[in-house]
Amino acid sequence: MSTPLLTVDDLHIALAGDGATYGAVEKVSFEIGRGEAFGLVGESGCGKSITALAIMGLLRRPLSLSGGRIVLDGEEIQDASAAEMRRLRGKRIAMIFQEPMTALNPLSPVGRQIAEMFVLHQGANWNEAMDRAEEALRQVRVPSPERRIRDYPHQLSGGMRQRVMIAIALACGPELLIADEPTTALDVTVQAEIIDLMAELCAAKGTAILMISHDLGLVANMCRRVAVMYAGRIVESQVAGAIFATPRHPYTQGLVDSLPRLGERSRRGQQRLREISGVVPSIAAYPGGCRFNPRCPAVTDICRSTAPDITPLPADGLVRCHHHG
Amino acid sequence: MLLVLGRRLFNVIPTLLAVIALVFLLFSVLPGSFISGMGEDGRTTIDPAVMERMRKEMGLDDPLAERFARYVAHTAMGDLGTSFRTREPVTKLIGVRIWPSLKLVFAAMTFAISVGVTLGFLAALRPGSLLDTVSMVTAISGLSLSQFWFGLMLMYLFALQLNWLPSFGYGDGGLRNLILPAVALGVGPMALLARTTRAAVLDVLNADFVRTARSKGMSERRVVEWHVLRNALVLVITIVGLQFGSLMGQAVVVEKLFAWPGVGSLMVDSVFQRDMPAVQGCILLIVVFFLFINTLVDIAYVVIDPRIRYG
Amino acid sequence: MKWGSNTWVGGGLVGLAIGVAIFAPWIALTDPVMDANLMNAELPPSWEFPFGTDAQGRDIFSRIVYGARISLTVGFVSQICNSLIGVTLGLTAGYWGGWWDDLVSGLTNLMLAIPSLVFALAIMAILGPGLASLVIALGLTSWSYSCRIARAQVLSLKSQGYVQAARILGYGDLRIMFTQVLPNILGPLIVIATLGIGGAILAEAALSFLGLGIRPPFPSWGSMLSEARDQIRAAPWLSVFPGLAIFFTVLGLNLLGDGLRDILDPQSTTRRA
Repeated sequence: MSTPLLTVDDLHIALAGDGATYGAVEKVSFEIGRGEAFGLVGESGCGKSITALAIMGLLRRPLSLSGGRIVLDGEEIQDASAAEMRRLRGKRIAMIFQEPMTALNPLSPVGRQIAEMFVLHQGANWNEAMDRAEEALRQVRVPSPERRIRDYPHQLSGGMRQRVMIAIALACGPELLIADEPTTALDVTVQAEIIDLMAELCAAKGTAILMISHDLGLVANMCRRVAVMYAGRIVESQVAGAIFATPRHPYTQGLVDSLPRLGERSRRGQQRLREISGVVPSIAAYPGGCRFNPRCPAVTDICRSTAPDITPLPADGLVRCHHHG
Repeated sequence: MLLVLGRRLFNVIPTLLAVIALVFLLFSVLPGSFISGMGEDGRTTIDPAVMERMRKEMGLDDPLAERFARYVAHTAMGDLGTSFRTREPVTKLIGVRIWPSLKLVFAAMTFAISVGVTLGFLAALRPGSLLDTVSMVTAISGLSLSQFWFGLMLMYLFALQLNWLPSFGYGDGGLRNLILPAVALGVGPMALLARTTRAAVLDVLNADFVRTARSKGMSERRVVEWHVLRNALVLVITIVGLQFGSLMGQAVVVEKLFAWPGVGSLMVDSVFQRDMPAVQGCILLIVVFFLFINTLVDIAYVVIDPRIRYG
Repeated sequence: MKWGSNTWVGGGLVGLAIGVAIFAPWIALTDPVMDANLMNAELPPSWEFPFGTDAQGRDIFSRIVYGARISLTVGFVSQICNSLIGVTLGLTAGYWGGWWDDLVSGLTNLMLAIPSLVFALAIMAILGPGLASLVIALGLTSWSYSCRIARAQVLSLKSQGYVQAARILGYGDLRIMFTQVLPNILGPLIVIATLGIGGAILAEAALSFLGLGIRPPFPSWGSMLSEARDQIRAAPWLSVFPGLAIFFTVLGLNLLGDGLRDILDPQSTTRRA
């Protein structure tokens, strides 16, 4: 296997609060191969979004990168200058965000917002760029693209706006697409379409995807490998099938169990959804030892005192637990 | 789009009517107050019989509704009554003063926008910096100044001490006479605009779509040019409009201080001399100006913000 | 809860002004109105007269100290008047709705169309000059801000079921308005009031300067400026000190208002922008 496209190694992100500094993300490491779809799963507040922002170099005060390496195609970029990061963004790494309504400039026609990519990175003039924008809209299956390019964001539905975002992101053929909860704000019926579209386009162009979501089911369907994050740390990473079949970390087990399932259980009348008790801790109040310990069904003393190390699993997997398996 | 415009224009009319009504009522509500001014110019006291005759002549004993209808009709035709003091038509009195007032207001606003918006903009691009602090301190100081006192200080420094500019008066209507009053009048709006612009630009800089723009690989400068400016502009225009509109009213004191022959100083003089028709006329003009500017701002919105156009 | 520097500096200045006003008889060096000695007319600042003397030979420093009483009282009283009117109209308009709401809203829009100084001038034209008409005029010009806030708050609370619940429990309308709604708007109201006092002081100064408000020999800061205006060349200190007094007091109020806004009104419903 050739060198991975993206290596995140021992990433630390700090949050500067009132007088104190908190470790929002710690010791996060993962790799994404060329053209691979990789999923990052976790609840709100676990740090997955800011990890994505860190890769893009878009962290702003009070967040900052406080340690670790980010390697893109062999080059280290965590210390890259602002100008160097700008050259990467849009061209080699692209990102789409959760709320398409607020992620697009309300005062600018969507066609122009796509065309910007061509003007910025490929030196096209505006006319050429608008033509190519129309083509891009066609690729993301927006009907009547020749008319749509002149529309404003508020005139489009949520699903269409997200298609526009995808068109923008993939316009210059980036090597990596980071998708931060792209379907969370959309109707369920539209979600599947968008996911399929993304998967198809990225496969066709050989673009790797970093798919970030709180929805384990969605991620496992789309991605080859999945990592689970909790309270700023990766607690498990396996091939998608294995995560479902044999989750090793109690948190992952809880996530899998809490998925509503048709079939055996409901037929037998066991309708109750399983939940993970407790709530996600806030950054300022991360528990000591293993951060999951207050909510873990398998907790023992060592969990409360010592943070667990990584245990490797077959097929490049890993788990961070004293009692894995 | 025309429909939206038409609707906006239409909405102005009730306010206009309401203002006319208010102006009319204010001076009719206290009996005798309308013409009491006629005798207080200090020179003569008017014989009650003459007062009685004047009342009949002006129809002051007629029912309120009738008087109001008459007033509206006259106003619509441009007749604002006759000044007690000079016996000239009020329209003529005011007409001569409109242009100087407009000049003053425009000059003050130009000053306010060019300094205020620029300051606020630069401050927002470098929050927390020295420039930011200095700008905001200047802004809040500008809001705390007594405009006429500031004008007085300017007058003292630039006219009386340094002799660079004339100390008061309209002069030949040229720039030199305009500068001091314009700056004195404009410092308040300048301060408010600086603060508002700063807040608006900061808001936009933190918006999601700006994050998207950055993620496209745009330089910060391009981000500001292509995405921030227009969006911040929308927020700033409201304030520009509001300030502009009320400036003619705020100018009364500055006009008096600098002996500027505008509507404001006329109003003050008329108030002193209890020249009610003139006071009414001035108020009307000032408010009409405000409504006019507001309508322009509304139109500007429709042009700039596609959400309103196609909303 | 961030007590920023705004609040401290502003509060300090305001406290100073209030302190001066309260302790005026002890701080002032002479009687501001009566101690007029023409032999001392228009003397520049000196040890005996820290801010100089005016055309009548009165000590400017003492006049400014006593002037604090007048200016602050006028500002305070007129703002209370404005707040009372505004809150009453706003609360009732939002609560009862219907034609009353339409009327109040229309009136508010009207008030916003007329520059406050012009309105005050108009009222003084009717009532004649003097302290009483000044306070009445100022008390009637800026109630629209508090009215808007009060009305908006009532409307939002109405939709939250607060009010429904209270009604079901049998509370009278007035009681609901005062016990449920009012506490919620107290924060923004205080901010508006603080800033409004500053505005009232500036307006009083302007009107007195024009000769319509408080007239000489009473030492309101504004009337002192109107006296000073003609002597600007010969005796500039007559203009500088009263103006500075106004400036620092209003600056203090503005800073305090800003600081209070950060504490009491984080969503900036009172931002005049």
